[in-house]
Amino acid sequence: MTDYQEYLDFLYTTLETQNKNKLELSETTALVADMGLSSLEVMEFIEKIEDHFDITIPLNILPDVNTIGDLATKVKELNL
Amino acid sequence: MLFDKFQTMADFQAELAERDVAPFGAVTEEIISATEGIVQGRKVILAGTNNYLGLSYDPRCIKAAQDAAERWGTGTTGSRLANGSFSEHQLLEEEIAAFYGVNHAIVFSTGYAATMGMCSTLAGPGDVILLDADSHASIYSGVKLSGADIIRFKHNNPDDLAKRLNRLGDRAGQALIIAEGIYSMLGDVAPLQEIAAVKREYGGYLFLDEAHSMGALGATGRGAAQEAGIEDDVDFFAGTFSKSLGAIGGFCVSNHPELEAIRYCISAYIFTASSSPSIIASTRESLRIISAEPQLRETLWDNAHRLYDGLKALGLPVGPTASPVVAVEMEDRPATVECWRALMEQGVYVNLVVPPASPSTNFLLRNSVSAAHSTQQIDAIIAAYATLVSSGLIATSAAA
Repeated sequence: MTDYQEYLDFLYTTLETQNKNKLELSETTALVADMGLSSLEVMEFIEKIEDHFDITIPLNILPDVNTIGDLATKVKELNL
Repeated sequence: MLFDKFQTMADFQAELAERDVAPFGAVTEEIISATEGIVQGRKVILAGTNNYLGLSYDPRCIKAAQDAAERWGTGTTGSRLANGSFSEHQLLEEEIAAFYGVNHAIVFSTGYAATMGMCSTLAGPGDVILLDADSHASIYSGVKLSGADIIRFKHNNPDDLAKRLNRLGDRAGQALIIAEGIYSMLGDVAPLQEIAAVKREYGGYLFLDEAHSMGALGATGRGAAQEAGIEDDVDFFAGTFSKSLGAIGGFCVSNHPELEAIRYCISAYIFTASSSPSIIASTRESLRIISAEPQLRETLWDNAHRLYDGLKALGLPVGPTASPVVAVEMEDRPATVECWRALMEQGVYVNLVVPPASPSTNFLLRNSVSAAHSTQQIDAIIAAYATLVSSGLIATSAAA
């Protein structure tokens, strides 16, 4: 079973290509407020996570996700 | 602050005011015909109205509306569940069901209410919805309200749909799959034979929005499913009366008898006033006309091909195939706004579309073709675009 850190590492690696502001990514980095991802970019990012881990991430989780850490936690919860 | 989230839009509106251009909510001051009007003081060809068959200005539809207004008054002043069900509404439901060859129909006051209402009600908490990524805003609004698990599949990609259904395991058989016939912004048609094949393999229920394809596709104008020969795989058809039928309103039809119970659970149906009798009457007449006059569809497609081929020949970035919706995609917002203004100055009204209404980060000059356009009008639209190219306002594939 994939653990929290593994999800987190994948998120960091994948987000580097969209790190326009050259931020040092951490669990508290906000996807929209800090990184400036558009809603479309967030959707595409979610698709990458789903395909990499072969999991389903319903869009319903998005209102509760602000930071990279939030997303890693939600993805882990969904796939326990 | 409460209003902070609107600042980006306020800035954009200020930018448009600075440029002295008003592409959103451009005011039509007079309608001359189904394809000509006075917009913001200028006589223009209407090439952004979704009036695919030109029926909004058909004398027979106007007469039907006039007669109904005289007989029934101007409005119902109530919901379908209260005092707002007139025999006209019931007759339209019977006729739209017969048009689709099914047993059950619900008529809504708008197309938005039809798709939003159905999508918010059909699935609920514990259910799962798979929707095409480029679905209309009314569908996104509906699924969000449903409380079901919402999963997007890649636009017009049956393989991605299959992959996501496969991940669902046993839940796939009860999933609600949502697609559209013709997609409203780029005019591309869903690969419905392949989507239906995926549904047959994994199970689930298929909800198809034919808003832009009803009247435009299919042997009798029922839409993209009829064109693809997969109507038996569709569980629920939704659509609108505000495009090919030239009025306003929406519908959902189905062979599932449960639709009659669902009717009483849809907030967008229960808690809004029903359509004015004049609207219902003109819609009934339009429905009769599109059944009786298939040549309207032939003319629509002749015009669609003429515009698509003309813009493509200019080297403009249009979609992969001809369609009643022909969109020119651009990457730069100020350039798109300037092109929209230049088209208006040459007497052509089209839709300016910006994200998130456009399906990507691109901007669109969205043209919709009508059977009522003359070939001279289509050629005038192409000529207006040619001046955008010659003046360097718009990049072409030849120049890229």
